[in-house]
Order: sequence, then C-alpha cells, then structure tokens
Amino acid sequence: MDTRDREHRHGSGEHHGHDHAPQEVPPDVALRVKALESLLIEKGLVDPAALDAIIDMYEHKVGPRNGARVVARAWSDPAYKKRLMADASAAIAEFGYTGRQGEHMVVVENTPKLHNLVVCTLCSCYPWTVLGLPPVWYKSAPYRSRAVIDPRGVLREFGLELGEDVEVRVWDSTSEMRYLVLPERPAGSEGMDEAALAELVTRDAMIGVAKVTLGKGRERP
Amino acid sequence: MNGIHDMGGMHGMGAIEYEAREPVFHARWEARVLALNLAMGAWHKWNIDATRHAIELIPAREYLRMSYYERWIARLVTLSLQAGLVSRAEVESGRPDPGSAKLSPALAPSGVEPMLGRGAPANRDVAVAASFKAGDKVRARNIHPIGHTRLPRYARGRLGTIARDHGVYVFPDSRAHFLGENPQHLYSVRFAARELWGETASRRDSVYLDLWDDYLERA
Repeated sequence: MDTRDREHRHGSGEHHGHDHAPQEVPPDVALRVKALESLLIEKGLVDPAALDAIIDMYEHKVGPRNGARVVARAWSDPAYKKRLMADASAAIAEFGYTGRQGEHMVVVENTPKLHNLVVCTLCSCYPWTVLGLPPVWYKSAPYRSRAVIDPRGVLREFGLELGEDVEVRVWDSTSEMRYLVLPERPAGSEGMDEAALAELVTRDAMIGVAKVTLGKGRERP
Repeated sequence: MNGIHDMGGMHGMGAIEYEAREPVFHARWEARVLALNLAMGAWHKWNIDATRHAIELIPAREYLRMSYYERWIARLVTLSLQAGLVSRAEVESGRPDPGSAKLSPALAPSGVEPMLGRGAPANRDVAVAASFKAGDKVRARNIHPIGHTRLPRYARGRLGTIARDHGVYVFPDSRAHFLGENPQHLYSVRFAARELWGETASRRDSVYLDLWDDYLERA
C-alpha cells in the first residue's frame, strides 16, 4: 500500500513532514468528512441513521464468513458444487447472499494442478456479498500492479510456493463479474461436517493468495 | 484514459503490506465515507462506471498520495458537484447556500438492506448479436481513449482466446460519461502470460480479463 495508508494505519492524522512538500500536507481528513456529512444531512441528502445501517452491514453482517459457508457446502455437497460451478450467482443466492458487488458471480476452482488468483488492476473490484469489503493490501498499488505480471512472486510473498507443474490463472476483474476462488479441500478434513469445514476457510484462500489448511491460517477473519 | 489507476504490470510500487486481523475500517471517518458514497448513490444521479471514472480523474500525484477512502471523498465531491446536488460554495463553507432547495426523501435506514440486497445488475435482457464465440482467437484493440475504459493497457494489442461468453452487459466506456448503456456481449478472454509479458513468464500461466465486444477484433 502507499505511504499514506501506512500513516493512517498507525492512527496518526499528522503528516511526517520529511517526505512531503508543504502543499502535499492533507488537511485533517476526519474533520473534512465530518463537515461534508453535516452539509449533506442539512441539505436533506442523507439520513445519518441510514449511514449507521450501512456501516453496521459491512462491519457485522457481510464478510468472509459468508464465502466460507459457500465453500464448505461445495466441499460437502456435490450437487451444490455442481450448481455453484454452473451458475454461481444463483447458487450463492441460495444462502441469501445477493446484491451490491456480488450481482454477477463466477467461482473458479483450485486443484492440485491449477491455482486461481483474483485481482482488480484498475480499481478494487471484489465480491462484497461473500467476502465483505476488501483488505487494504488488495486495493493497494503493489498487489494491483504485480498480481498480473508476477503472480508466482506475489504468492511467494504470501508464503505460497507453487511448483512449475501447477498452472496459475489470474482473474483481472475488469467487468461487473466478481470472482470467488473455491480452494482445495485440505487433506485430513474428510470426517468434518460443513460447519467445521467453514471454520477452516479463510478470506485469503478465497482470493487465491493462500491455501486452506487444518491448522490456524495466516488470518482468521 | 491512460491513467495511474491502470497499474497492471507496473514496477516500483513496493512490497505488499499485509496486515493480520485487519479491521474493516481503520478509522471512523473511513466508515462514514463508505456510507456517504453508498447513500448518495441512492439518488441515482450517477452509476458505477461514473464513480470509477471520477476516481481516475484524480491527478496521478494526488492519486498515489491519497489513501483509498480519501479517493472516495474526492469522488463523492466531484460527482455531487457534477450532479448539482451541492455547490462549490457549500463544499467550501460546509453550510447550505441560503435558500437552496432541500431534496427529499433521502435513503431511509429501512431502505438500506433492500438497496444493498438488490445491487445494480449490469446485464441487460436485450437481443444483441455476439461477434465472437468460445474458442475464437481475438486481439484486444490498440485503443487509447481519453475517457473511461476497462481495457487495461497491458492487454491492448495482445492476442487472446474467448473462454466464455458472459452474455449482454452495459458498456462502461459510454455509461461512465452518461452517453447510454450501449449493451453488448461481454467475454472472458484468456491471454497466455507469455503473450502479455514475454518469455520470462511461465509457459503454463495465463491472465483472464472480462472484455466487451467493442474492445476486440478477430485475430
């Protein structure tokens, strides 16, 4: 991600001075947003309670647990997997996961010989309905610039080394089609039920930068 | 447009910085910006392609300096000004112009879930002939429009194969500029990694892009 993202991450609204010319110093962003919000409220253009409802949706209701349930069902139920691969939007809608940034879904399946990786080089397209809002790294210049030209190098940075015998397919989300990776079901998970399987599935595995393992993944959102 | 946003294949952007257990928002203002963008979209004064183009219009130096949600502030201001929902004086002062009209009704809390659950499908149920079918060899056109396009620079002029016909979809290059939906077939097109990046790329690998009829010519 860029420098500015890092500064925000560390909670500092201040610029550090040494690497920015004075005209590049951003005004206090939080204050600017507050001013814009109160203007829009005063003009009757937004209802602050609706803003709260939108935020609640993406902080608490929509997220990668949705996608994990879809993946776990595909692993457990061959008929469901067939529907998912044939018409992902309809199969995902069976869970009630529909709408914004998931209107047109495509599922791509990883196998021992095929690895899929999803990116949006032009902006930040991401399947919100099943994964929630994208992480900062996914929207960042380093990932967007490199995923298409050096997918194996990117995967290595995520700790995933693929053999030369594995085909890598990168999906650049240039349209309204949204891509979800169906990871490989991990060896040793044969006896697990759908709920237990869903616990194993990580956001990163559904983007294609990780595999699903029985142990604790790198991230467990 | 050949903007900084079109960064597929660029070098020099640094290492990927991964944050474990990343929160959905890193500050409350980010959450408010996301919500403001979505709530203002409910006025239907713009569309998703116009929102993307508004971000592309941020000057390159600013684009790289800004965080993701700072770009969303810039975009919301640009679109709201364009649509006449706010005036420049209002944005600068933070107060409504004297005597300015009050629009209503704004998106209500009860309308949030239905709005997000509906989304905004981009497919169109109209009969449009497809120029290509799965298996056809195509070349991405070598075009450099100054407006919005979803054909990345790295694919222009390159040879690919139609993998799948997604059906008929709104064409972003016209809708972004409010010039109509121009619905046409959208395809998943496979480009061999070596066709895009040369001999150092893996022989097995490929990149799939979703490309509209108008981006493609028969090869």
